Amino acid sequence: MASLKKLAKREEKKRKFESGHSLCSGCGLPIAVRTILNSTDGPVVASNATGCLEVATSRFPTSAWNIPWIHNAFENAAATISGAESAYRSMKKKGKIDEDINFLAFAGDGGTYDIGLQSLSGALERGHDFTYVTLDNGAYMNTGIQRSSATPKGASTTTAPAGEEKYGKQEKRKNLTEIVAAHEIPYVGQASISHLQDLADKAEKAIHREGPAFLNVLSTCQLGWRIPPKDAVKVAQKGVDTCFWPLYEVDEGEYNITYEPKEKLPVEEWLEPQKRFAALFKTGNEEVIEEIQEDVDKDWEKLQAKVS
Amino acid sequence: MSNGNKEVLTGHQVVANAMRQVEPDVVAAYPITPQSEIVEYFSQYVADGKVDSEVITVESEHSAMSACVGSAAAGARTMTATASQGLALMMEIVYIAASMRTPIVMAVANRALSGPINIHCDHSDSMAARDSGVIQLYGEDAQEAYEFTLMAQRLAESEDVLLPVMVTLDGFTLTHTAQVAELLPDRAVSDFVGEYDARYPLLDVENPTTQGPFDMPDYYFEHKLQQVEAMENVSDRFLEVQEEFNDLSGSSYDGLFETYKLEDADYAVVILGSTAGTAKVVVDELREKGKKVGLLKPWLFRPFPGEEIKDVLVDKEAVAILDRSLSFGSSGPLYLEVSSALSDGDTKPRLYNYTYGLGGRDIKEDQIAGVFEDLENPDLEDKMRYIGARQ
Repeated sequence: MASLKKLAKREEKKRKFESGHSLCSGCGLPIAVRTILNSTDGPVVASNATGCLEVATSRFPTSAWNIPWIHNAFENAAATISGAESAYRSMKKKGKIDEDINFLAFAGDGGTYDIGLQSLSGALERGHDFTYVTLDNGAYMNTGIQRSSATPKGASTTTAPAGEEKYGKQEKRKNLTEIVAAHEIPYVGQASISHLQDLADKAEKAIHREGPAFLNVLSTCQLGWRIPPKDAVKVAQKGVDTCFWPLYEVDEGEYNITYEPKEKLPVEEWLEPQKRFAALFKTGNEEVIEEIQEDVDKDWEKLQAKVS
Repeated sequence: MSNGNKEVLTGHQVVANAMRQVEPDVVAAYPITPQSEIVEYFSQYVADGKVDSEVITVESEHSAMSACVGSAAAGARTMTATASQGLALMMEIVYIAASMRTPIVMAVANRALSGPINIHCDHSDSMAARDSGVIQLYGEDAQEAYEFTLMAQRLAESEDVLLPVMVTLDGFTLTHTAQVAELLPDRAVSDFVGEYDARYPLLDVENPTTQGPFDMPDYYFEHKLQQVEAMENVSDRFLEVQEEFNDLSGSSYDGLFETYKLEDADYAVVILGSTAGTAKVVVDELREKGKKVGLLKPWLFRPFPGEEIKDVLVDKEAVAILDRSLSFGSSGPLYLEVSSALSDGDTKPRLYNYTYGLGGRDIKEDQIAGVFEDLENPDLEDKMRYIGARQ
């Protein structure tokens, strides 16, 4: 595992992602982006789907990006980078380019789980040499906290709000990491902004692996999760320690759990600090928390069974 | 395949050959009738080692155009081809491709838009893209489709243009029929198109650029005006490219539209694409009968050469504008352009709008002759007429 010293050392180099952007305090996105970009020394070209990260880092005439960066639209970060990567392969073959370049795509959960799923699936199947990073904060935060298929069951969002009759989102979230793993690509990793060494290791593997690689990173949103900004990392850690968001990888088809919580915490510890789940703690909704716990337990068991 | 000779080829084959000769770095496309064979032929050239290009066989037209934008922004010469629903699906990214000033060349095999679903020709697909910021060239036959595809490359990449160019050819009528066409030698084409040297390629990792950033109201307007300026440069660049192309090929392109027996004509039709060929036959027949009739066929529809068209139509008695698409609740797109071009003169011809050929409906010589006959009637009512439709 990358040591903290090593991670700190990487911070001393010329930054690929600069400060001065307008992402919120307590936002997980810049933490993830910086850690991922720091994990390679080579040149990187990135595409970015429409979303908080794009809006807050590229307001013309400013830019937080010290790497070649392209934003095209919302649902096509994968297709866009597949075009750039194909251009690179074609031009390299013809001797028009000398450098070895790595390709990255950044998108949120809305831009991946929902509107960008087809574009991602196509690019993975075609085998482009790129790493796709989903920064999953569990809703359309940029447009005002609307429900996505990554929104956890029980969360209140502006389009699936808690009210007199409903506690929030009724459905279990989509398991995108497994959907991507079903593409049988060389590397799939699930990580969290609470575990930077783990994230850095996975990013390093993903970026340097030939062929498509995928990272699904749990990322906090203080507005959508309704948590104090200072608690962002702590809350993300609860997601991991309750096994709501297990840290694992599928490396050439082989499952590894990269972090085993010393003690698997009850799911309330993840839910309770986030006011988006407040309705679950009202009398009468005890069963919903039990259902969420059952879902988490089942998924955790299934995952453990996949580790040979 | 030999070069520099007259051959019998389909529209698919000539466009695929133009692409082979241009040898783009990247082609990203998705199959759709009546475009598919363009990309099939091209893919075969790649498989046979006759062209050195990467073909991205994307999972949708939306991704085709998205990949084209990524590729062109990266600095690669990039092409695609589509039709109908495919163009409709990629439309979001067609606008973005234009705004990001990516010189992508795309063939569009014109086909009716759904619904009802129909695979045959009309211009509703490319007309839906007329406000997207792409340059549009309409070809009458396989030869023009071939030559426009080559010229499009130079036009798109002109330094003060840098816009996508759409080269349209009528689905089935041109794509699937064998016609006599003359291809240039491969070497002549590669000399003509030259090397593409992108100004700010994404792959220049030493000089990183932020492309496709976010604009607030303080910059968006100016960025759109830069597109306006680029579009204003197109006509001059097109004429220059034509001159160079004529020197190379012996062709005689000399304008933004073709006129046929128009100069001394009293009555004229304005028509895009393959039906102009039928209309020329009618003009010839009527001329033999002593009728002073002529034709105007825009090559360039975007930007629309309104001033130039006004100059040659203003002295006519009456002009019929034949549209092959609808703009529901208004007149046809071609009519609106011509009528707008002629609006500020003291005198102008009587103008009439006809819609024809929707969903592949045939248009025959006698129907076009009927249009000319209509024009001779000074009391002809000004209303939309639908040629050959049961009403």
